[in-house]
Amino acid sequence: MGIRTLLLASTFVVGALGAAQAQTAVKLGVLNDRSGVYADLSGEGSVIAARLAVEDFKAAEKGINVDIISADHQNKPDIGSNIARQWYDQEGVDVILDVPTSSVALAISQITREKNKIHINSGAGSTDLTGKQCSPNTIHWTYDTYALGYGTGTALVKRGGDTWFFLTADYAFGHALERDTSEVVKKAGGTVVGQVRHPFPGGDFSSFLLQAQASKAKVIGLANAGGDTINTIKQAAEFGIVAGGQTLAGLLIFLSDVNALGLEAAQGLVLTEAFYWDQNDGTRAWSERFATRHGGKKPTMVHAGVYSGTLHYLKAVEATKSKDPAVVTKWMRENPSEDPLFGKGEVRVDGRHVHDMYLFEVKKPADSKGPWDYYNQLAVIPAAEAFRPLNAGGCDLVK
Amino acid sequence: MFELLGVSPQVLFGQLLLGLINGSFYAVLSLGLAIIFGLLNIINFAHGAQYMMGAFVAWMLLQYAGIGYWWALLIAPVLVGVTGIVIERLFLSRLQNVDHLYGLLLTFGLALIIQGVFRNQYGVSGLPYGIPPELAGGRNLGFMFLPNYRAWVVLAALVACIATWLVIERTRLGAYLRAATENAPLVGAFGINVPLLVTVTYGFGVALAAFAGVLAAPIYAVNPNMGADLIIVVFAVVVIGGMGSILGSIITGFSLGLIEGLTKVFYPEASSTVIFVIMILVLLVKPAGLFGRAA
Repeated sequence: MGIRTLLLASTFVVGALGAAQAQTAVKLGVLNDRSGVYADLSGEGSVIAARLAVEDFKAAEKGINVDIISADHQNKPDIGSNIARQWYDQEGVDVILDVPTSSVALAISQITREKNKIHINSGAGSTDLTGKQCSPNTIHWTYDTYALGYGTGTALVKRGGDTWFFLTADYAFGHALERDTSEVVKKAGGTVVGQVRHPFPGGDFSSFLLQAQASKAKVIGLANAGGDTINTIKQAAEFGIVAGGQTLAGLLIFLSDVNALGLEAAQGLVLTEAFYWDQNDGTRAWSERFATRHGGKKPTMVHAGVYSGTLHYLKAVEATKSKDPAVVTKWMRENPSEDPLFGKGEVRVDGRHVHDMYLFEVKKPADSKGPWDYYNQLAVIPAAEAFRPLNAGGCDLVK
Repeated sequence: MFELLGVSPQVLFGQLLLGLINGSFYAVLSLGLAIIFGLLNIINFAHGAQYMMGAFVAWMLLQYAGIGYWWALLIAPVLVGVTGIVIERLFLSRLQNVDHLYGLLLTFGLALIIQGVFRNQYGVSGLPYGIPPELAGGRNLGFMFLPNYRAWVVLAALVACIATWLVIERTRLGAYLRAATENAPLVGAFGINVPLLVTVTYGFGVALAAFAGVLAAPIYAVNPNMGADLIIVVFAVVVIGGMGSILGSIITGFSLGLIEGLTKVFYPEASSTVIFVIMILVLLVKPAGLFGRAA
């Protein structure tokens, strides 16, 4: 073996070593509510979901070194913004995940654009994230107020619930949900007979429920969220509203809310979600793994969305061998997403991730086989119609 | 049929009745606060957490021991009252001779810790707790559908308030209490065990909060933050009634419930602020509160 061969061989070895060491380090920050009203539907569960995504992707074997950190934004835009700036400026975070509470999400989306990073939102509901305030750096993964209002609104009008009364939380999110759902109801041929705006957060809803009862509307739309929705439904049962023939339409209800209500109070509720743990073998297997790490609690659609979004991001990093936000988000928009939880989907140019949504009805206590067995699937809402049409949002990325 | 500002009397009566129900919670909670402040001079910020504990203990009794609502109504206040006694012995008794602010800070800190522990253990969404079967359903009063359970809440709250008031105003024990409020060293000089009186009083005030918590469990979400949401309103009620005034807190509790109920008919958006507006007005005119004595 001549000296030349030896040199050549050593170059190869060095080259191969170099390739093995050329790892991409990615830092993901899960920013959500860890102590307040949305802590159960997002919180630590979202961190677990992100970790599962990294494990399932086998990121380490593919030379992507992923670090996950988390923080509590306390549902306050100022606190969330401070954390986001610190993460981007000092801690080298590449992607902020989750961020429930629309007001915080809108703030984070803006900062992400300013700092040229990536925000994959799972927890927030505002359609403005992919509408007037859309950003090339933001992807809205799981659901939005349009999708929820569309699913539940259309379905109920079809079943004969053609007069609606709204019970609305008196802040931006509640107004948006009421507005989006009203449009859907009217488009489907129904009428809105009235609405009442309650303070946020509220404790006692009996006055508002009586006003809803007096309106004689067939459907009472609950344009509120979290603890407010739980209290409303609990008290509606007490006042015999459902027994009196009116239907409650939960416009933003998560699995964790149904768990808190108990089936006795929640039965018969019709609601729209992007994911339910008991849909197929894939969702069941994943949810089982999730539950063993999360004190036996099954995942909400927000948790599933964090998983699915993280996976799509990691695929983009692998495919493009880059973490440049422009390159990565371009890949994420151009390539369809696919995973066991959300099935097939795609990210539109406005940042909206579209996928099938599902209409569920909460089971009667007698039909439930055990803890967390809560939903019957009524219908699949195809991706093409589940979300707001691309040109209707007023997003300036849409040409 | 006459209408008042576009609101039919049916709706109006209905809302007044609902206001009375909410007022019941305000009254029981502010009564406990007033008693504690009157005797201990402590602004008990842990009151909301103790109310929450009452609801949670009721849930635990049902979940782990199969003990239903009626026994919970008795057992939960006793258990939570005992934790109150422990807190008083361990912490509050050491704060007697320092500024009010320390008691406030201590109880506020305790409230945060208690809520944090429950949040960690049970999450924030809350737990289901049903209405006892004996009180399920309701009756149609003509102008509204009144759930039996709500009627029971008003009754139970009234009985608790009147009984407490009678004990304090009409019995020997109550006389000791009132005397100790005025001048503790002098009462002690007569051979009455004032520290014991103080401990028991705190325990009783806490038990009242837990009692309200059990009453609330079937109608409000049982979650770790349920007290934190309510306690601020209750403090406003106590301030309006006059800090430490027993009768004041009862009357103010019920009447503010009524006013809040009316606001929900005429201008729902303001229903969460109306109590604070009244508080400001009252403080401007009568700084010691409606039933309080100027210091």
